[in-house]
Amino acid sequence: MSAILELDRVGKTFTADGHRVVALEDVSLSFERGECHAIVGESGSGKTTLANLVLGLIPPSAGSIRFNGVPLPGERSREQRRSIQLVQQNPLSALNPRRSVGASVRLPLDVHGIGTSASRASRVAALLEEVGLDGDYARRSPRGLSGGQRQRIAIARALACEPELIVLDEPTSALDVLVQARVLQLLHRLRVARGLTYLFITHDLAVVRAIASRVSVFQKGRLVETGPVEAIFSDPKTAYTRQLIGAVPVVTDEEARLRDAIRAGAVPMDAT
Amino acid sequence: MMLAPTAEPVLTIRDLRLAFGSRRNATPVLHGISLHVRTGEKVALVGESGSGKSVTARLAMGLLQESPRTHATGSIRFDGIEAISGGREIARRRGNRVAMIFQDPTSALNPTFRIRGQFRDVLRSGDRGIRDDEADRRAEAALAEVSIPDPKRALDSYAFQLSGGMNQRVMIAMALANRPALLMADEPGTALDVTVQAQTLGLMHELTERRGTAVLLISHNLGVVREFADRVYVIYRGRMVEHGTTAQLFHDPRHPYTRALLAAIPKISGGGLPDLPERSPDFDQPMVVHEGCGEPAERRP
Amino acid sequence: MSEPGSPVVARRGGSRAVAAFVGNPLSVLGLVIVVVIVLLAVFADFVTPFPDHVGPIGDFAAMSAAPASPYVLGTDAMGRDLFTRIIYGYRLSLIMAVVVLAIATPVGVIVGLVAGYKGGWTDYILMRITDVFLAVPPLVLAMAIMGFLEPTLMNGMLAITAMWWPWYARLVYNVTRAEAQEGYVLAAETVGASTLHILFREILPNCWPSILTKMTLDVGFVILMASSLSFLGLGVQPPTPDLGSMVAEGAKYMPDGWWLSLWPALAILLVVLGFNLVGDGLREAFEAEN
Repeated sequence: MSAILELDRVGKTFTADGHRVVALEDVSLSFERGECHAIVGESGSGKTTLANLVLGLIPPSAGSIRFNGVPLPGERSREQRRSIQLVQQNPLSALNPRRSVGASVRLPLDVHGIGTSASRASRVAALLEEVGLDGDYARRSPRGLSGGQRQRIAIARALACEPELIVLDEPTSALDVLVQARVLQLLHRLRVARGLTYLFITHDLAVVRAIASRVSVFQKGRLVETGPVEAIFSDPKTAYTRQLIGAVPVVTDEEARLRDAIRAGAVPMDAT
Repeated sequence: MMLAPTAEPVLTIRDLRLAFGSRRNATPVLHGISLHVRTGEKVALVGESGSGKSVTARLAMGLLQESPRTHATGSIRFDGIEAISGGREIARRRGNRVAMIFQDPTSALNPTFRIRGQFRDVLRSGDRGIRDDEADRRAEAALAEVSIPDPKRALDSYAFQLSGGMNQRVMIAMALANRPALLMADEPGTALDVTVQAQTLGLMHELTERRGTAVLLISHNLGVVREFADRVYVIYRGRMVEHGTTAQLFHDPRHPYTRALLAAIPKISGGGLPDLPERSPDFDQPMVVHEGCGEPAERRP
Repeated sequence: MSEPGSPVVARRGGSRAVAAFVGNPLSVLGLVIVVVIVLLAVFADFVTPFPDHVGPIGDFAAMSAAPASPYVLGTDAMGRDLFTRIIYGYRLSLIMAVVVLAIATPVGVIVGLVAGYKGGWTDYILMRITDVFLAVPPLVLAMAIMGFLEPTLMNGMLAITAMWWPWYARLVYNVTRAEAQEGYVLAAETVGASTLHILFREILPNCWPSILTKMTLDVGFVILMASSLSFLGLGVQPPTPDLGSMVAEGAKYMPDGWWLSLWPALAILLVVLGFNLVGDGLREAFEAEN
């Protein structure tokens, strides 16, 4: 049981135009190595701020963040940045339109000085193959590529410098249904094969059920509920979580039964 | 709903074909689709991106035909007129006989005008001579109907001052203000939080049910479709592939594409993710029409 | 399984741009004009009939002679062949434009990149300085600067450069602000890329279309500005052949000596037109690329 990331009473407040906005307050959470941990919340929940804090893009206003037991400073070094990477929501904006796919995937290698230019080229090809794309894609421009293809390239880029933890911010929300299924499978496969830890931010509770083992629910900057995914769906403890599950548009009768039971506050008989 | 056999549907699309580009080198987008919506019915058009569902709705409103690089053939009958070539007739009906609401409510409203002014424009589209105070009175009533807590203040606000959920309600109120025969909803609520989306859809359902407004819902979200629609068309790459009532489609999906879609969606009841191709030659199989559903027969001239 | 993104699409982007340019007759016309002028200017020594007429002395026997052989465009008050002097005038104008842009563009681009990406006080200070320069009408500003300096070619170029860079700063600032919001910039930041990398390897490439288009259009406008300054006596001094000075000198003899001003003026018009057409064509080509 090794905690790869620990948030200890973390808070973040922004001042804009004289107003203080409390984006996160008193968040204590730990992430186990190798797990897929879902972060669920609506707008204003603070999930984006949480991602930015974990990625080291902004420093916390309160509390501390520890990675592998070592506290992370507000301003991180390049080396520290290597271990935590990001896959963003919008695949159309994630790749520089004026650089080739290969250059984008190679970026982490260039920044961290990994290997030689020849070895980087072959690593890029290997990464592209690992995400299900032909090595030829390296020469291409991102123009004309579909959302699914771009997201795969973004995933390849995130893997390039061998991170330990990946923050995924709604990685499939902008993708079509069939594409989303394929990309979620890919993410699952990669996590298992490489022993990665995922901080998987999503608003879609069905995706949480399909891919995560633990889930934390945020509302208005506070951690409202956290626990194993199965437990959240069989016995949600807070009204907000019930409300979230109750609002999911479902497609099967089985789901409808589960959802109605949760809405009504009853614990469903079959805990699956 | 029992209808007289000769009652004409509010919207009838027949063999609609659409291509973009120059005359000689046009890219086909729609390959001959047909659908119909009857009075008071809620019909959904479901597809992924690039399926052609959004352009179908825009063609039905007469919004794309005017562009020189757009080539549409077929028939779009609405409110007794033929709308395939666009023109003045369908333009006159926009905003009053047929209305549309869009995916992102905040950007669909004009940021430089207050809600009041935009509402007046909408009401004027239905009644040219309406007076300002009468328009405001009706606007307030419309906003109250969509459960906006302080209609007067909302009217005085700009779109960016209201939340996404509020703007969505404002848009629905504006769309239904002139009591249209048909409401087209293009991915409503997609830009909103789940809880707000659920409320919005509930509201839309209730209002359209109460007034007998027909609805054509464009969506990629099968869950939303299941909650909202009576009948469903599934569109894949410019072709209709399945058509049935909601119950038929969700309990007995027959076309490989529909089955793939339903299987690919993660379920809150569990089950992980199946292994599915993004594309498959099976998806090009001919259309499946469930019992009792079929396009209305051609009217004899 | 046919993929929507194939290597063919990548090539098509670049060739779409070329096709858009070549398909526009005005752009091609502009390019022809520009190429001809540039070649004439480069090979002035070989192409002009009277290369020694660039000095103070011409053919005293044919002073202010109307267009006739061998002086096809006529001669000026010092008996110098106008055609020759116009070609050398082109050479001078083009050199000035190249030097001005070679200095003003990098300065403006760097200011725009840094201000646009950094934001905060850096942004505020840099852009307010830029605004001060932009607020003054260009010619007035150039004249003001020249008022402090001796009227020479170098100083003329200095003045124009000083008032030219802010336009590039503003242009690049706008593009940078928009691009800084894009996902690929965030990706570079999370990876730990240096600010230098982000500015010059990520954001700047997205500014090139705007910069190159503007530079092309600017060649004509710099020439126009330089000609205006020398027309007012503030730039190049005689006997150096300069299009603006030639128009000014010839103005005294209007309308009898019509050729003295007309040909230099048309020459200015032609070069400005040529570069404008090419610049517009470039803009359309870049749009077609997407």
